Amino acid sequence: MAKHHVNTTINGDPVEFLCDTEQTLLDCLRDELGLTGSKEGCSSGDCGACSVTVDGRLVCSCLVLGIEADGCEIGTIEGVANGDELHPLQKHFLKEAALQCGICTPGFIVAAKSMLALNPDPSESEMRYWLAGNLCRCTGYDKIIKAVTNAAAEMRGE
Amino acid sequence: MGKEETQFDKTKPSVNSNGYRVVGTRPIRPDGIEKVTGRANFGADCNLPGMLTGCIVRSPHAHAKILSIDTSKAMKLAGVKAVVTAADFPELSPKHRGAGESPVSFRDMSRNIMARDKALYDGHAVAAVAATTPAIAQAAAALIEVKYKVLPHVLDAREAMKPKAPVLHDDIFTKGVDPKPSKASNVAQRYEFSLGDIDAGFASADVTVEHDFTSQCVHQGYIEPHACVASTTEDGMATVWASSQGQFMVRNYCATVCGMDISKIRVLPAEIGGGFGGKTVVYLEPIAILLSKKSGKPIKIVMNREDVFRATGPTSGGHAWVRIGAKKDGTMVAGELVMEYEAGAFPGSPVHLGCMTGFAPYTIANSKSVGFDVVVNRPKAAAYRAPGAPIAAFAVESAIDILAKKLEMDPIALREKNAAREGTQAAYGPKFQKIGFIETLEAAKNHPHYSIPLGPNQGRGVASGFWFNIGGESSAAVHVNEDGTVDVVTANPDIGGSRASMGIMAAEVLGIDVSRVKPIVADTASSAYSMLTGGSRVTFAVGQAVCLACDQVVAQLCERAAKIWDIEVSDVEWLAGSAVNRKSGKAGSLSLAEIANVAGKTGGPISGQSSSDVQGAGPGFGTHICDVEVDPETGRTTVIRYTAIQDVGTAIHPSYVEGQLQGGAAQGVGWALNEEYIYDDLGRLQNGGFLDYRVPVASDLPMIDTVLVEVPNPNHRFGVRGVGEVPIVPPLAAVANAVSAAAGTRMADLPISPPKLLAAMDAK
Repeated sequence: MAKHHVNTTINGDPVEFLCDTEQTLLDCLRDELGLTGSKEGCSSGDCGACSVTVDGRLVCSCLVLGIEADGCEIGTIEGVANGDELHPLQKHFLKEAALQCGICTPGFIVAAKSMLALNPDPSESEMRYWLAGNLCRCTGYDKIIKAVTNAAAEMRGE
Repeated sequence: MGKEETQFDKTKPSVNSNGYRVVGTRPIRPDGIEKVTGRANFGADCNLPGMLTGCIVRSPHAHAKILSIDTSKAMKLAGVKAVVTAADFPELSPKHRGAGESPVSFRDMSRNIMARDKALYDGHAVAAVAATTPAIAQAAAALIEVKYKVLPHVLDAREAMKPKAPVLHDDIFTKGVDPKPSKASNVAQRYEFSLGDIDAGFASADVTVEHDFTSQCVHQGYIEPHACVASTTEDGMATVWASSQGQFMVRNYCATVCGMDISKIRVLPAEIGGGFGGKTVVYLEPIAILLSKKSGKPIKIVMNREDVFRATGPTSGGHAWVRIGAKKDGTMVAGELVMEYEAGAFPGSPVHLGCMTGFAPYTIANSKSVGFDVVVNRPKAAAYRAPGAPIAAFAVESAIDILAKKLEMDPIALREKNAAREGTQAAYGPKFQKIGFIETLEAAKNHPHYSIPLGPNQGRGVASGFWFNIGGESSAAVHVNEDGTVDVVTANPDIGGSRASMGIMAAEVLGIDVSRVKPIVADTASSAYSMLTGGSRVTFAVGQAVCLACDQVVAQLCERAAKIWDIEVSDVEWLAGSAVNRKSGKAGSLSLAEIANVAGKTGGPISGQSSSDVQGAGPGFGTHICDVEVDPETGRTTVIRYTAIQDVGTAIHPSYVEGQLQGGAAQGVGWALNEEYIYDDLGRLQNGGFLDYRVPVASDLPMIDTVLVEVPNPNHRFGVRGVGEVPIVPPLAAVANAVSAAAGTRMADLPISPPKLLAAMDAK
């Protein structure tokens, strides 16, 4: 079957690609576009390692088809830093040692950024429930929560 | 929350309160930027031109004879380039065994990688196919026709030990019993570790407690599925990119399983997305090598999550019966432990390690631990963080909790009274050197957490744990660059911040800023041999190799300075990153960078290399306090407060040490409350995904406080003890003791899932 031609915007840049009907957005990002920062941990929407935004909304890219991205704005981990300046979340993940193996880190940063866009001053409980869709098996989440708390404070100018 | 220092003080004093300049500080990890920006390349991120996709065909049966495998239809599908089955692997004899953290049977490994004659568990690989696209590879896998004769299966250790149980292997005759059995069974080995005389010990006891405990098979649950790429060329050379806990382990295992010379395989380590012991073996790499050989193309194979659950890991579930005798004053005089662990489809459960660790935290004059390694129709158990110890500690530490209640003693005081200390004879052999167990108990008793009042339906649990930690064969090379920066080359995958530790230790020995040190994780062609990342050995043993290589560099730097100053090298001292001229009357110093700048004119490159079998790992002890609240309506348990205390020797990078304690505690909470393999009547795994195999998520846990007790290991330059495994030993019992206190009934069957707790509370 013929491939689909998809026109999209990724991290602010126009991007077009061809994909099969059954290819997920995650497959397209990783295999067609070489954007391997989004990770595949489960392919069932349970681990959040593939978190991206589609038109500003946080999704698991393993649950979105590539063709659904047509005409959409996609945000991935590769677009979180501004040039050579890290996003406050990235800085505080490093400062707090909020990663051990690092496989879940891109998903957590994309998910946390999406949360802070909606709620700049989340409580610990709000953070824990928003990030409940992102699995981390290394850290016990403690340092992730601290990193997000500190990044949020910096972003609020505190 | 803890004693975290989040400020990076640029005006730090030349020496910290621990007496070190860099050790004990919290610099940003050298590989951090790559990991927060998505640039780091993990196993599945490697792609080569012309690469094919490999797909594995797996058994849908728990136990079945393989009658035939017909690959003809699959091979006819356009885009299919190669198929392999067990017939493509060399047949290995039972004598093919390897050393390592624990000895492996390569014959079993080969048969686990690709079933030969029999499929022994749901998900056991029976064939593999390579094709031009993932979709074609999957379609081809579905066209491979495997005819099975389904056999009766057995999943539980005690069931598998019964005389009429289906026997998995006709060549397993229980080892460790006398006389040797004449009939094959599922009991691969009986272990026994004894000290003193338990009959006399129990006879002298005023109080005896005994209880039976059960736990289920659980998975390491690393977020990154297994993945590799292999490329074999016409001259028989293979290059493998793989996410694993040891590139040399992958090389050695692939060579043996594929029947190749070790020198013909080069393994490049990808970043590893979690392992916890589960990536200390190979599953895909030998298959990828053989598919690449047959097709002449690079092969990529990536497991999906269901494959990971069905066919990798897990660690054993099992049963443990424990009995402890004590005097009225709490002195424990006798202990007995009998355990049956499910090894999975091949022998090798960590039951012997459970036997060795269960009573290890205590001075008990008379003890006996007996363990049975039992094969069942589940995936072959792989190492999981302190293998074998958590479920032994679950039994012993729960029994101590029962004993404390019976004696009306505080559970920490009871442990303090019996705690192992320097000179204590452990039942598994050695006398302990300097250890810090009592210090963890004191810290627990004095921690504010221990005296916070509890509310309704809340309970508090305490438990301790022990792990040996290991050293082992370790290599490091240290190269001084022309500008005075330094490369530190080791060959152990960085699974949780070890680059940071290597960099800190090198900077400490060399006396330079940690930012001038670049730690590198090298491939098998770029470093001398190093044992895999496991046994909590890397910061201790590989760190020791780094220190020794740095010593050589310092010696050379001093020689060069002596040459420049035209004095004897004995008149040169290395102080805070500079050579100092100690010869009377002559002042002066040369920094490392100044010496490096002119190395070409003073004798050439400056570098050090150390390869040795590092001994003297310091055992680790931890004590955890857990508060829970149980919901009498639903049986749900919520962990509301958690404190992990551990003797960590010396914390090289305290943040990553705390992270080990927090992560181990979280995995232990999952093990205690949620995680288990669930099979249907046919022995097929029913919960092979993260939705139904429930690892703790952020909203399940509170902040996890940590206390780093530092009793330095006398056998390491900076006092390092392994820290990564101890933290998963106490939590099972800490949680179970807390839930038992809150619910008012003893919970001895893990996981303590809501239906189980509700039933127990209703039955009260």
